Amino acid sequence: MLRFEQVSKGYSGGFVALDRVSFELAKGEMAFLTGHSGAGKSTLLKLISLIERPSAGRVFINGVDLTGIKPRQIPYVRRDVGMIFQDHRLLMNHSVFDNVALPLVIEGFTGRDMAKRVHAALDQVGLLDKARCLPATLSGGEAQRVGIARAVVNKPPLLLADEPTGNLDPDLSKDIMRVFEAFNQAGVSVLVASHDLGLIARMRYRTMTLKGGKMINDGLLHHEDNE
Amino acid sequence: MSILFSGRAVGATATQPNILQKLLRGIFTHLRQAITSLGELWRSPLWTLITVAVLGVSMTLPTTLHLLVKNIQQVSRSYDQSFEISLFLQNETTPTEIATLVTLLQGDPQVAKVRLIDKAAAMTEFKQQSGFGEALAFLDQNPLPDVLLVTPKINQPAAAEALMQKLQKERHVELAKLDISWLERLAALMNLLQQAVYTIAILLLSAALLVIGNTIRLSIMDKKAEIEVMKLVGATDAFIQRPFLYTGIWLGVFGGFLAFVVVEVMLWWLRSAIATVTQLYQSDFVLNSLSMQEFGWLMLIAVSLGLIGSYIAVRSHIKAIEP
Repeated sequence: MLRFEQVSKGYSGGFVALDRVSFELAKGEMAFLTGHSGAGKSTLLKLISLIERPSAGRVFINGVDLTGIKPRQIPYVRRDVGMIFQDHRLLMNHSVFDNVALPLVIEGFTGRDMAKRVHAALDQVGLLDKARCLPATLSGGEAQRVGIARAVVNKPPLLLADEPTGNLDPDLSKDIMRVFEAFNQAGVSVLVASHDLGLIARMRYRTMTLKGGKMINDGLLHHEDNE
Repeated sequence: MSILFSGRAVGATATQPNILQKLLRGIFTHLRQAITSLGELWRSPLWTLITVAVLGVSMTLPTTLHLLVKNIQQVSRSYDQSFEISLFLQNETTPTEIATLVTLLQGDPQVAKVRLIDKAAAMTEFKQQSGFGEALAFLDQNPLPDVLLVTPKINQPAAAEALMQKLQKERHVELAKLDISWLERLAALMNLLQQAVYTIAILLLSAALLVIGNTIRLSIMDKKAEIEVMKLVGATDAFIQRPFLYTGIWLGVFGGFLAFVVVEVMLWWLRSAIATVTQLYQSDFVLNSLSMQEFGWLMLIAVSLGLIGSYIAVRSHIKAIEP
């Protein structure tokens, strides 16, 4: 599903965010990406969603080399990758329904067809009753779940999350992770970047650890590694 | 269309709509975006008003000048039998002699048309057009001569001049007159005025273009976060641009209409004043307002300005916003 081949990303000024990172995420696999802030987690995710381009190496999604994607094709690539952000990035002056519907509107859905899908997505994250609310009236956990509903509403095969629990307390964080698990069980490949090592360790999924832009660990994280 | 996952049914195409459904969906999307941008304008009324006012005023001045030129042209057109030679006949010429002269002139290969205005007819026309109607009634004898109006076949000033010289020598002709210089001068003046109208129009409309561009730019900056999110969830630049382009179109529509209303009010204001003047001169001059076609042009130019102004802003600024 997702493959990194010797990918490096350097910024002008000599800072190297990623240093020859290689890994592969199988179809239907769920994995965590961890490391201290500045270790390169966000950069890695940005390379997948084509917000950034690698300085060297290649990124493949479903066997397609992203190097060959032209700028005007980027929007179409992003429609295949659901993205969730730490600050959930909702449009604050639009209702929850409109926020979740946005990817569908962009793809040309209208009317009942669109409403059906939006309600299905909101149902999956347990927020069906909040469809008419404005994001400002939601709690942090609810807003994050709206963000997830928006990411999955057009059923992308790959889901990326960048610190989705960064602003949440432990209980809510666990809830959010369960939502990801549910999507993974439905066949979606999921990659979650998080520095919440305790939570990750308890969930017992494959965990990749970045440090200074290098991949230093790839596999199950043990409880002993906890901070 | 999915680039990465061949066979993945994406978007509305997943339901395999036919061409008609696709077309309807396209129209619906455009309509929705057009109405949304109208609502957006409503949400920031101050900037909308300022921009519409600038556009309206910028269009009012050239439109007014255009109407001025049009009305002057209308007046001058009645004098526009440009190459007509007037032959003033000697006072004692008899009707038979005049008839002979007319036949003779009509046989001339250089002459296209001969028209006789006899003394009485000339008097009536003079009474109507000169504005001295009542004063003329005091004359006990008609002082006007019989006149033959000769239209030459050739339309060059020099040839007309030569023909006039020749006709001057005809019997019974007191005086031949070919007055084209003032028409030429008027035409030149009108041309100058028209050029001035174009220049002023171009200057004002470029200013309006910049103002529209700036308004759209502010609106884009205002929605920076929203645009970023839309790009992140896979909106194409065209999709993001469209509402702003519609905003430009709406600004154009309102600006153009404002200009139309201002011009009409101005004409209505002037009309009563002009009516008094024309009455005093016993003229049947009517102040022409914008025709349907000219209104169409006005709106078309205003809408194009709105569209171009927003396009300039959108092109440079939406690309620059990247998540």
